Amino acid sequence: MAFLEIDHLRKSFGQLTVVEDFNLAIERGEFVSFLGPSGCGKTTTLRMVAGFETPSSGAIRIDSKDVTAAKPNQRNVGMVFQSYALFPNMTIAENVGFGLKVAGRAAGEIMSRVEEMLALIKLPQVGGRYPYQLSGGQQQRVALARALAIKPKVLLLDEPLSALDAKIRVSLRQEIRQIQRELGITAIYVTHDQEEALSISDRIVVMSQGRMEQVGTPFEIYNNPRTRFVASFVGTLNVLKGQVVDAASGKVTVDGQPISGATHLDGAKPGEIRSLALRPEAASLTDPTTGANSLQGTVEEVSFLGSVVRIRVRFGENAISLDTFNKPSVAPPARGTKVTVSFARDALLVLDGAEAA
Amino acid sequence: MKRAVIGPWIALILGALYFIVPLIATFEFSLRMRRGEYSFDAYRVVFADARFQATFGYSSLLALATIVVGVLLVVPTAYWVNLRLPKLRPVIEFITLLPLVIPAIVLVFGYLRLYNSSSWLPMTSHERATDLLLTFGYVTLALPYMYRAVDNGLRAIDVRTLTEAAQSLGAGWATILFRVILPNVRVAVLSGAFLTFAIVIGEFTLAALLDRPAFGPYLQLIGANRAYEPSALAIIAFAVTWACMGLINLVGRGARNAAPAAP
Repeated sequence: MAFLEIDHLRKSFGQLTVVEDFNLAIERGEFVSFLGPSGCGKTTTLRMVAGFETPSSGAIRIDSKDVTAAKPNQRNVGMVFQSYALFPNMTIAENVGFGLKVAGRAAGEIMSRVEEMLALIKLPQVGGRYPYQLSGGQQQRVALARALAIKPKVLLLDEPLSALDAKIRVSLRQEIRQIQRELGITAIYVTHDQEEALSISDRIVVMSQGRMEQVGTPFEIYNNPRTRFVASFVGTLNVLKGQVVDAASGKVTVDGQPISGATHLDGAKPGEIRSLALRPEAASLTDPTTGANSLQGTVEEVSFLGSVVRIRVRFGENAISLDTFNKPSVAPPARGTKVTVSFARDALLVLDGAEAA
Repeated sequence: MKRAVIGPWIALILGALYFIVPLIATFEFSLRMRRGEYSFDAYRVVFADARFQATFGYSSLLALATIVVGVLLVVPTAYWVNLRLPKLRPVIEFITLLPLVIPAIVLVFGYLRLYNSSSWLPMTSHERATDLLLTFGYVTLALPYMYRAVDNGLRAIDVRTLTEAAQSLGAGWATILFRVILPNVRVAVLSGAFLTFAIVIGEFTLAALLDRPAFGPYLQLIGANRAYEPSALAIIAFAVTWACMGLINLVGRGARNAAPAAP
């Protein structure tokens, strides 16, 4: 039996269903991210686990105990909020020790636990300060320490890095992951940032319109998206319209140029239009190797992104973006240059459903 | 450019004169009790009057009771409206504004009709019960000021997230209200409390018609029978009010220095 079980969870506000048939089993010590756009139901699901929202139906079990109807202060879950939610009237030490004080722990025990937690977040010297005297990143680390001080069974993080600038976000997410691994605590992390979810999660739950689209490791989610939504939401994706030539061998034409995928096209008829997906990093401007696909096109746009150069090539109706590493000794192609784009057959993903021709 | 600088100063000076000149005139008149020279005789007479001490003490006590009842009524209500019933805010605001529209005389006649000695709850038949009734009346009169002050304080903090953060750390409602919410709206509550004090000290209608020995009716009595003492009392009442305002500022500044709200 999994440590945290979410069973057929549903939440409706009047006629509007915001979470539908959500099922998930999370193992002890696992780091799971809920990923999706705004309004997809990820925060509502997290709030139901925390006890701030009551499910319309379904059950939540933590460590084999049904907590569906338990009050938030009886669940022993730690929560980190986007807006930090530190108590402005208390010092950092008082904030971190708040949960322990509420639990009626002895002053000595509280003090040593607070010191331990502040050392864990590498801010041992800030105990006497007030929240307004710390930066946003420091405040969020204190919020994490406060949530962990009570030794919660589950740590819930609701877009904890959204209010921080890009550089701090990257370092803090690594720090959160390192602390979570160190303590072996079960964690659920809500984010709309796919890079964040891919970089720190054991598993990702991709959500859309209240439904779970796919559950898997970051590798699975990125490389084998099961639905069109997952494919388009996670990472950058080129979608090409290909006309089916031979479904059994996976042969199609893109703007009249023949290519083929590694898999056959289920139920497709010749002449039908199918959506094909290709990651930018899967394509290159090098000569095709044996058996690989190639398409002739014209460079439409060149974007310099630092370590990577993104080049957009148009074939006709279709166009793709491809990424190449920046090499100071090799200048990227100029706009209007005729180029050959090559990519392996198995890099071509066939998305669900036929397109109207 | 020069005209732009002079204009606001003229407006400021005119405004200050409008408020200050009558005050200076009242103060100057209160010093004229001794013929031919200025003295504080009127103040001496007022402070020596046993009725001044009794009525001021009585009103101060009732003001404190009003503040306690008001805080206990308004803080949880405003907190709950902010947290769970935001749609009800316009209704609550309308109710809290009613005492500004309904004259105190209407309120007190309503009380007398409902709670007279032959009613089902004869609160006016006993002095202590009437004191209680008067306190509730004062709470009603001070409601617009107390509610607004507390509501503004609550809007300045993220009530919902702070509540949820405390809940996730195991806190119950009483802990959340008294250890998280109330300390963060302390300045707002104190503002409401001092305004309540100023209102209660000068209130006449409720106290007079309920026949209680408050400071307001004493002010009226002195004003009707004496010449210089009413001016001295007006200055004293003014000083008490300004002292309250000063305290709001002082406490507010102290609280800001001690624990300002997180940005």
